[in-house]
Amino acid sequence: MSDVFDIYLLEAVLNGLLLGGLLALLSLGLNLIFGVIDVVWICYAELIMCGMYAVYYLHVQYHWPLLLAMLAAIGIVALLGLILHQFVIRPVLSAEPINQLLVTGGVLFFLQAAATLAFGIEFKNIGVTLASVRIGEMSFSAARLIAFGVALGGMVGMYLLLTKTYLGTAIRAISQDRAVMPLMGVNPARIFALTSALGGALAGLASCLLVLQYDIHPAIGLSFGPITFLICVLGGLGNMVGGFVAAFIFAQFIAVGGFFFALEWGYVIAFVFFIAVMFWRPRGLFAK
Amino acid sequence: MLRVANVSAGYSGFQALFGVSLEVNAGESVAVIGPNGAGKTTLLRLISKLIESTQGEVFLEDKSLKAVPPYEVVARGIAHVPENRRLFPRLTAEENLRMGAFTSRHAYRQRLDQVYALFPRLKERRNQVAGTLSGGEQQMCAIGRALMSGPKLLLLDEPSAGLAPVVVQSIFELVRRICSEGYTVLIVEQNIRQVLKVVSRAYLLDAGRIVQSGSAAELLAAPEIQKAYLGL
Repeated sequence: MSDVFDIYLLEAVLNGLLLGGLLALLSLGLNLIFGVIDVVWICYAELIMCGMYAVYYLHVQYHWPLLLAMLAAIGIVALLGLILHQFVIRPVLSAEPINQLLVTGGVLFFLQAAATLAFGIEFKNIGVTLASVRIGEMSFSAARLIAFGVALGGMVGMYLLLTKTYLGTAIRAISQDRAVMPLMGVNPARIFALTSALGGALAGLASCLLVLQYDIHPAIGLSFGPITFLICVLGGLGNMVGGFVAAFIFAQFIAVGGFFFALEWGYVIAFVFFIAVMFWRPRGLFAK
Repeated sequence: MLRVANVSAGYSGFQALFGVSLEVNAGESVAVIGPNGAGKTTLLRLISKLIESTQGEVFLEDKSLKAVPPYEVVARGIAHVPENRRLFPRLTAEENLRMGAFTSRHAYRQRLDQVYALFPRLKERRNQVAGTLSGGEQQMCAIGRALMSGPKLLLLDEPSAGLAPVVVQSIFELVRRICSEGYTVLIVEQNIRQVLKVVSRAYLLDAGRIVQSGSAAELLAAPEIQKAYLGL
């Protein structure tokens, strides 16, 4: 009896780990934007929704090979990130934070409504079903395994970009002292635009992984946008390493909590944990 | 090399510079001295285009900088070590130096060796984040970062500010070495006695106007300066 119990707990923990990888990737783009530009893209998950629709239409309607459709989706969402920055964020860069929040919130509802008009409210599915992988008594969804692997790869790539390249060093530098950047020969507006495209590309990558697991509909952003934002806050907004760790902690609460009680309870427990942390460490778990 | 021609500038509602003119020749080290609030920092910020002049122009090698955006000034050959050093505190010393070479990556390795030869201490500390370096090391890192761009002209804003007296000595020793290595240097300082021992010429800036100029020795000996600034 106790053997069986343990193996399902282990399965829950491992599924939590897989979920954590995906949540970590989701939080990475939002943290990057906040850390560098000091603006929260409340509409981040809606960019992901756009990416999911891009994969769907290119693959299902226009019969592009799935991988090509996904690559195109990453490019499209990167472009959306750039457009979002140039036309919405730039004009309010020096405005009050609440105004910045409100404009990106406005974009959230704009994208939701636009998607409803353009694509309808019915759920869409790319029609790709991946088998589940069985290891002993445990079973894991292949889509989740792929998502975990790609998310980790994306994060390693991001880490290398930020630490090994001039662009990455400038991205980290600009978040520490924006005003001195021209003395380095760096045009801050250009770094902001590139960072926004990069944040968009990360959202695009996330959309490729989510489209393997979830149906697409105009409100899909609401089912993981808030979680992504809370994870970033939990790890300390703008702290990419903190967000990474927080994603795995949060995912364990959901997975293991869901194992002991019911799936919905996992979320309840995770959010109670979040609220408790906000009382205890209002600037996030890893704030200094 | 550098010619500042009759420039005026200021911040909203406040004029800081009134028709300032000065010249720095190639290979020369020149100081702008003066009391706190004289407009020294504003003058350097104007030369590197961090602020616009309301009147007058700045020429580098007889080319006007008027239409040059601030982030292209480095590529034109002016490197600016700003007031309070302004290192990136959470980047390592070497990453700060890398930022200095942002516009001239091809020469990164070679210049890094040059900077480390000039400041062996920085090489020892290269993987330490800049925020944890000592004041003197931070100043070395800030100067090194500016030298990484291979500048024709080096602007130094109060390199001795905020440093312990014993460190101030060594910073001026460093500035002397940089001047003697053939760099063209324009330095602004409140620490008048020390800086006049290092440079060849100087201008006295007071309340936004150049009120006196001459060789360092002349200014050191000038009675007005001795009385007002050196407390003799």
